[in-house]
Amino acid sequence: MRGSDSTFRRELAARGLTRRDFVEFCAGVAALLGLPRGAAAQVAKALELKRKPTLIWLEFQDCAGNTESFLRASKPSAAEVILDLLSIDYHETIMAAAGKRAEAALAGALADQRGKYIAVIEGSIPMGADGAYCTIGGRSALQIADEVCAGAAAVIAVGTCAAFGGLPNAAPNPTGAYGVSDAIKGIKTLINLPACPVNAENLTALVAHYLTFDTWPELDALHRPLFAYGTSIHDACERRAHFDAGQYVERWGDEGHREGYCLYKMGCKGPATFQNCPNVRWNDHTNWPIGCGHPCIGCAEPQFWDRMTPFYQHLKDVPGFGAATDIDKVGAIATGAVAATFIAHGLVQISRKPKRSKAEASSAEPPASEERK
Amino acid sequence: MTRIVVDPVTRIEGHLRIEASIANGAVSDAWSSSTMFRGIELILQGRDPRDAWAFCQRICGVCTTVHAIASVRAVEDAIGATPPPNARVLRNLVIAAQAIQDHVIHFYHLHALDWVDVVSALSADPAETSTLAQSISDWHDSSASYFKGIKARLKGFVDRGQLGPFANAYWGHPAYKLPPAANLMAVAHYLAALDWQRDFIRMHAILGGKNPHLQSFLVGGMATPIDPNSQAALNIDTIASLRELIAGARRFVHEVYIPDLLAIASFYKEWAGYGAGVGNYLVYGEYPLADGKNAPKFIPGGVIRDRALDKIQPVDPKNITEQVKHSWYAYQDGDAAALHPSKGETHPTYTGPKPPFELLDVAGKYSWLKSPRYEGQPMEVGPLARMLVAYASGHEQVKALVDGAVAKLDVPLSALFSTLGRVAARGLETALLVDKIGDWVDELAANMGRGELRIHDNDKWDPSSWPTTATGAGFHEAPRGALGHWVHIDHGRIDRYQCIVPSTWNAGPRDKDEIPGPYEAALVGTPVADPEQPLEILRTVHSFDPCMACGVHVVDPKGRELAHVKVR
Repeated sequence: MRGSDSTFRRELAARGLTRRDFVEFCAGVAALLGLPRGAAAQVAKALELKRKPTLIWLEFQDCAGNTESFLRASKPSAAEVILDLLSIDYHETIMAAAGKRAEAALAGALADQRGKYIAVIEGSIPMGADGAYCTIGGRSALQIADEVCAGAAAVIAVGTCAAFGGLPNAAPNPTGAYGVSDAIKGIKTLINLPACPVNAENLTALVAHYLTFDTWPELDALHRPLFAYGTSIHDACERRAHFDAGQYVERWGDEGHREGYCLYKMGCKGPATFQNCPNVRWNDHTNWPIGCGHPCIGCAEPQFWDRMTPFYQHLKDVPGFGAATDIDKVGAIATGAVAATFIAHGLVQISRKPKRSKAEASSAEPPASEERK
Repeated sequence: MTRIVVDPVTRIEGHLRIEASIANGAVSDAWSSSTMFRGIELILQGRDPRDAWAFCQRICGVCTTVHAIASVRAVEDAIGATPPPNARVLRNLVIAAQAIQDHVIHFYHLHALDWVDVVSALSADPAETSTLAQSISDWHDSSASYFKGIKARLKGFVDRGQLGPFANAYWGHPAYKLPPAANLMAVAHYLAALDWQRDFIRMHAILGGKNPHLQSFLVGGMATPIDPNSQAALNIDTIASLRELIAGARRFVHEVYIPDLLAIASFYKEWAGYGAGVGNYLVYGEYPLADGKNAPKFIPGGVIRDRALDKIQPVDPKNITEQVKHSWYAYQDGDAAALHPSKGETHPTYTGPKPPFELLDVAGKYSWLKSPRYEGQPMEVGPLARMLVAYASGHEQVKALVDGAVAKLDVPLSALFSTLGRVAARGLETALLVDKIGDWVDELAANMGRGELRIHDNDKWDPSSWPTTATGAGFHEAPRGALGHWVHIDHGRIDRYQCIVPSTWNAGPRDKDEIPGPYEAALVGTPVADPEQPLEILRTVHSFDPCMACGVHVVDPKGRELAHVKVR
């Protein structure tokens, strides 16, 4: 039943992909995951021989931005191989069937692959109006999510809306919208891939990790994989030297802006945002927001629409502003709304020092949900 | 009479439900319902207007530039900011790139499977497919061995027994008319387009940092610095990259998309007789060719009523209203009221059945979309509206494209008023834009060459430079049609925000006079061979390219708390 190695090679060839393209892709995945030298071969072997796991992708209060991001996965043809390596049995934006036939596809996958399928959730889940703010096939998002999450081997919340509530959850949260971790209790394995939208590189790397090792990568207290969310934007930023040297953009289009100076004074939230944008970049490593001259808006952080706004107001008291200082002390000094974010990350940073087991990480209560109790 | 429900309508953005009555093998009545609501405009209240574009942008991740554009235009209109020429050029570039990429994705990934039978492709002869492909295009990937590889891959995929997104579909339905060779060609290009769109949209990453959700918009300009002497700015190297991407796009659109479109359409000419819809068309116009409020636009605005191409009228936004008789909102003056968006009041009041439910009460309120009207009439918006208005306005390139396509398909011009016409217009607009977009790269390069590096109106950046209260409107032609944002600013904060978006125009429910919206009108008469397999309904609905998340919005001027919610 399984695609044999030779079948797989034929598929690669049919897509105009050489063996070398594929090995290069696997090397990229291995590097992104921070795996040791030599792991690329292991990734490649695993990707070739594994059965295609069933993936069920649900969209609730979403903009489809994460779906679109998924379609932009880089290493173009190889990313399609990733698509081929999964059996995407339900995804409203791409599936051919509609209506009853689509619902039957979902029901079939839930029954046949119970306990084995991966659920991906995009968009927040509205708890208001008895679920009427989002219905599919007459059922509420909450009813569908409850059923699908209960039988999933793992649930991946893609994008900040599914992870932390995102835009619909922003004050005054008109529909009572929440992320998966707050709306659905009792999920055994939940992985959050926040950002607006999720970077396709991080999603494909996460899936490749699972296909390779039959396990999920190390997570932090917010259920985020360390490989993608372990470092602040500020710490990895290509403009960091300008921050340390006190060279800032003062006005849009001024000489400093054209020379790539630090965007801190224009409102950059890089010091309070943990994601690997500076390294992975976007759209096949083409660019990233700071690279195009706009400040980071903190889109991977919980409640960023409330905590990181106004976007063009600079963070208060970031150490090192105007002089070289140790940015790692940032959590102790920051004040105001942003401080909560800093402190959350400060704690995460500390807890990472001795490596935490997956079980411990999963059982930790995300600070995001504590705030609403 | 049979009542059928299509929910979820898949291969769209967002959540759409169609209920329809079927009589004598055709749709006799249809109801379009949007089943998701977020309340973004309410979330905007009290916030910094300079942040609004990022909030609005997240209305949609598919047409990821459109609400950002409309939002910065609305705020600029309110505060009197004047973006410099480079900002206009950069915006034209990202808008056109969005439209080109979005239209290609729609054709191949959201719409093609309504016309292309994937299973039939398995019985195609690769040599015959190659002959067919080479007879309609010079595209390089057209050899028999190429199609043999695609077929083998497809067969391998099917043989593994995990059909994934292609499972449970309507393969073998009698409404599929393409011969196997054409189906295989289309499947090959479905895959090719998946790669192409991903490469081409790097243009957005160059100009906006990333896609989806570009991050280079600013009230008053754009954030992308321009400097031929810097590596951290748009320079001659990026100009070269843009030109290369555009050259690739021209090849793909002219050698793959358009030939496929015309080839497939030639097998489905009867669809020029279905899906006509309301026959009224609204276009705001897009791509300003100069600076200033009254600059000419590459795609002209206008209003067409009752398909009268000889009577184009200019658009006056004062004539726009929204109604809620069949929408889950309440007006203070009741369901008979029709309000201009600048006075828009909306209070969500769900009166539908409690989920889970089987049928909506379509005699009452049945959608999260309102019913927008122009001079009291429903209007279709989108590529067909734009091509009709441009054609009737004497736009030379559009006339050449439309006349060429009509001649090639051997159909009358009136064939455009249909499901097929909608599909064709989208392709023709893509061809128009892909040949135009390079001009704006040239303009950008010319500005760079003469030292015109300004990207922003810094004088209006600080809120202290704004009037105490200000009202503005921003208009845009999104891929799916006419988009308007209305904003009222009070003491530097958003007091009121309202959007009327393409899919609200097209997918909205009946109005207070029980006049159906464009989807609902277009569906009536659409044949349905098998009510259990409503493939034909998908064809007509998909021809509009639904984008439902865009369509749903709310503003509540009083800032009332709308939901009391307890987290479990």
